[in-house]
Amino acid sequence: MYVTDTIAAISTAVGEGGIGIVRISGPEAIEIVEEIFVSKKEKSLVEVDSYTAHYGQIIDPRNQQIVDEVITLVMKAPKTYTTEDIVEIDCHGGPIVVQKILDVVLHSGARLADPGEFTKRAFLNGRIDLAQAEAIIDLIRSQTEVGLEVAIDQLEGGLSKKVDQIKQDIVSLLAHLEATIDFPEDEIEDFNPDQLGARINEAIKKTSDLLATSQRGKILKEGLEVAIIGKPNVGKSSLLNALLRERRAIVTEVPGTTRDVIEEVINIDGIPLKIIDTAGIRKTEDKVEKIGVEKSEQFLKRADLVLLVVDINQGITTEDRDLIKLIKDKKKVVVANKFDLDNNLNLDSLEELLPETPIVKTSAIENEGIDRLEDVISDLVFSGDIRASNQTLITNMRHKNALDRAHQRLLDVRETFEKRLPNDFITIDLRAALEAVGEVTGDTIGEDIIDQIFADFCLGK
Amino acid sequence: MRNYDIIVIGAGHAGCEAALASARMGCKTLLLTLNADHIALMPCNPSIGGPAKGHIVREIDALGGEMGKNIDKAYINIRMLNTSKGPAVHALRAQADKNKYQFEMTKVLQEQDNLDLKQTVVTDLIIDNHQVTEVKTITGMDYQASKVILTTGTSLNGKVIIGDIKYTGGRQGEFAATDLAESLKEAGVELDRFQTATPPRIDKESVDFSKMTIHPSSKERIQFSFFQPRQEREEVPCWLTYTNHKTKQVIEDNIEHSPLTTGIVEGEGPRYCPSIDRKIMRFPDKNSHQVFVEPEGLHTNELYLNGLTTSMPEDFQADIIRSVPGLEEAEIMRPGYAVEYDYIPPYQLQPTMENKVVQDLYTAGQINGTSGYEEAAAQGLMAGINAVLALQGKEPLILKRSDAYIGVLIDDLVTKGTNEPYRMLTSRAEYRLILRQDNADLRLSSIGYRLGLISEEQYQQVEDKRKTIAKNLEELNNIQITPTQKVLEALKELGSGGLKKPVSLATILERPKIDYQDLDKFTSEVPEVNTEIAEQLEIRTKYRGYIDRQLSQVEKFKQMEDKRIPEGIDYQNLDNLRKEAREKLERIRPVSVGQASRISGVSPADISVLMIHLEELKRGGGDDD
Repeated sequence: MYVTDTIAAISTAVGEGGIGIVRISGPEAIEIVEEIFVSKKEKSLVEVDSYTAHYGQIIDPRNQQIVDEVITLVMKAPKTYTTEDIVEIDCHGGPIVVQKILDVVLHSGARLADPGEFTKRAFLNGRIDLAQAEAIIDLIRSQTEVGLEVAIDQLEGGLSKKVDQIKQDIVSLLAHLEATIDFPEDEIEDFNPDQLGARINEAIKKTSDLLATSQRGKILKEGLEVAIIGKPNVGKSSLLNALLRERRAIVTEVPGTTRDVIEEVINIDGIPLKIIDTAGIRKTEDKVEKIGVEKSEQFLKRADLVLLVVDINQGITTEDRDLIKLIKDKKKVVVANKFDLDNNLNLDSLEELLPETPIVKTSAIENEGIDRLEDVISDLVFSGDIRASNQTLITNMRHKNALDRAHQRLLDVRETFEKRLPNDFITIDLRAALEAVGEVTGDTIGEDIIDQIFADFCLGK
Repeated sequence: MRNYDIIVIGAGHAGCEAALASARMGCKTLLLTLNADHIALMPCNPSIGGPAKGHIVREIDALGGEMGKNIDKAYINIRMLNTSKGPAVHALRAQADKNKYQFEMTKVLQEQDNLDLKQTVVTDLIIDNHQVTEVKTITGMDYQASKVILTTGTSLNGKVIIGDIKYTGGRQGEFAATDLAESLKEAGVELDRFQTATPPRIDKESVDFSKMTIHPSSKERIQFSFFQPRQEREEVPCWLTYTNHKTKQVIEDNIEHSPLTTGIVEGEGPRYCPSIDRKIMRFPDKNSHQVFVEPEGLHTNELYLNGLTTSMPEDFQADIIRSVPGLEEAEIMRPGYAVEYDYIPPYQLQPTMENKVVQDLYTAGQINGTSGYEEAAAQGLMAGINAVLALQGKEPLILKRSDAYIGVLIDDLVTKGTNEPYRMLTSRAEYRLILRQDNADLRLSSIGYRLGLISEEQYQQVEDKRKTIAKNLEELNNIQITPTQKVLEALKELGSGGLKKPVSLATILERPKIDYQDLDKFTSEVPEVNTEIAEQLEIRTKYRGYIDRQLSQVEKFKQMEDKRIPEGIDYQNLDNLRKEAREKLERIRPVSVGQASRISGVSPADISVLMIHLEELKRGGGDDD
């Protein structure tokens, strides 16, 4: 409904082939992309002509990491679909990379578009014809019926309670500040600076804790990326098949375009695991005896968890040692496969090589030990040993987006406080933070603060 | 029968502003009052201003209203509150000599051209086909008018309550307007009931001030009006004392006589003016409450006991008062009382202050469910202005929430309604950093000038101020300060950090610990300005980042406000709206998409549906064909 802000969304369907497009529309579209896009030819998107394409990289300003190589398409107002400035970022990653780019764009100041919002803008700005209006209304309507209540229900477990706590913290802080402003002669104790600082820090901490929680929620919802690695003929494919057979839960098969990787999704205790089968690459490079180290490294970098498969019968070989070196910084489980054959594996030396790494004996062919492996993976996830890597997906982009903004505003509050500006200035960003939190819970700031003032303080003469 | 352009019924704070605006804008105006000795009566506390309310008074002044000038003539104690809390919430508050306030306002009304002032009781409004045409009075004299503005305060079906006694009447011995209430109901106007209360007044001779803390008037020469030179006058202090455990005991022992227990008072009262009974019962852990003892004027012995509001029976009121240090011997001159009255729930009000059901009928002040002299005066001014503009066939004046507290006030009333007598608070204004009391003239005077309520000379004064600020801001930005020994020492002395490279003088002023008057320590080129301009320069440099951010929020807000919704839009047939949204939109009939979005129960999705429908209408399609 805020016609003047800048919106962004993924405009390709998830899982629909390798190209992903993030579309940004609004008055700040070009500036926002300019901030995160480094052109190969050092061009400034603000200066380029309309309807031109530019090759370069998306850099996450938070950590200066390269997210992906992309082509940006710049379309300038008014001759665009929405009649606003539009930038499209075409990336060649899978769904994870597209999500990541959207995340960076949102962090840089765009708002996540509502369903149908690009079309709605096109219509409201006189760009498309009347017949299409009905379709948009249907879309908006379906959104209404599902409603915010459902969105709130989606906040699982303690999450919704925590959002509410943050909201309460901010409301009560605001109510106190506002009460001293609107009733200066009543006996309301002013905050001493330490108290006020502590309250602000507490709200900031709760918000960042919650953001971290949502990070974990992400794993639960969007899954872990698991790479299965091992030297040839160690039983990787059998292991994958065993895991799949066990669950009978092949969800998707997403062949990447630039990386021939097979992603299978299985579900363990409600956690989706995206298993990257490195066997996929090796088929295209079957003449190569050695593992394609270069490509494997890429997968390994992405993975949240590595399953290193070794052959009990062969024991630890030089090849295994090379692999172990490669994954020494990753979370991992050693799968000691083929335990139906003779055991030539020295467990002690393996533990020495990989301290504190769970080792599970399996026979993938016989479908044995698979349950145990699943338990180990599940334990790792729920005990918090596995942190999501940067590229893990987000539970609910909208909620994260709103909480991120609330967090940012609270940091501004702290800055204002540290500059020792008068209390009125603290209330400005506190209100903005409250508004952002309200987007998660579906509340708008109404009489909340005023009600709280009268509930907390004996006021009036 | 006599004929007027505009008739204003009620000469309280709303009525006075409405009548003056109407007459000053050139309309033949009649002001009717129940009691010509009660013009601009302050029936409750003797103060004008305070947070948000003081802002409103300055806005009234900037628009060419009278309240600011009148309190400046009549105040006997004045203070700037909230000086440590940021420029947006600095708030001027004055104690009036109540009689002088009335006397001065009466004089202004009497001297005003185009304005007749008459004492009478209005018994009936003649409403023809949903349009008010005539005003009937108790003495048989009838008046015709093109527009009627009702500013009857608490007198519609007024009932006064003291203890177990409840009688029909207005405040301070006033009549109640009973017939008028019936007349409105017959016309289809819905009425509801509110209540409010006031503390007892006591005799100064019976008070021991030595047991109280003195609160003198400010030494600074401050006042409300931007346009009227300040006059010297006698100023007197207020006094502060506290209730104690004895007070608590008296109330607890006699709580069965409190309206809290008896339930004798109907209607919702204001949370911000609780009775002492309510405060003690609701906050039992608080053992003492403030009592401000405020003079009601220079030529009266009456003192107002701010904080001891109660409508208990009079003998218990005396017991309560006498439990308080300094008031042991106090004699009540007028007992405290509660008053309940009919008001018109403001969803029936348009942003122009015109009634939605009865055409040409405007209402302003307490009749709309507000409380406070300032809130009333602001509405009266706006009702007067808009009645005239309508009569002249001109565009109405609707102040936005980003223009003025007055805009916030009226928008809140017509969009959100109110469950208690509505009081303005700074926390109701989302853009309060822009809506400061120090810049009300810069914000609004051009509007007052356009309406003919601000003179050419006054307008020029404001424009000169605007130019002076701009010129000096530029200068501050142009003057360079280099980190010389002298500069570094000055910074150190002021407790501010170091300086590595040359910066503008404005950058120096941005530093928290440095005021305008300190700038002389850095250069001899500091522009010489008066304190008023210096304050503006300080605010605009020190808080520039925050102000700019609010201004950009305002830009976004305005875009939604500028999307007008045509009158007569058929919400019932807009079936993609949710039921609740449809009903609320139908009832409130917002004038803009922005206003619609502030109605509780109207979701962003409903707004999207509405916007698409509006676009369809614009292109000539849609359901209404």
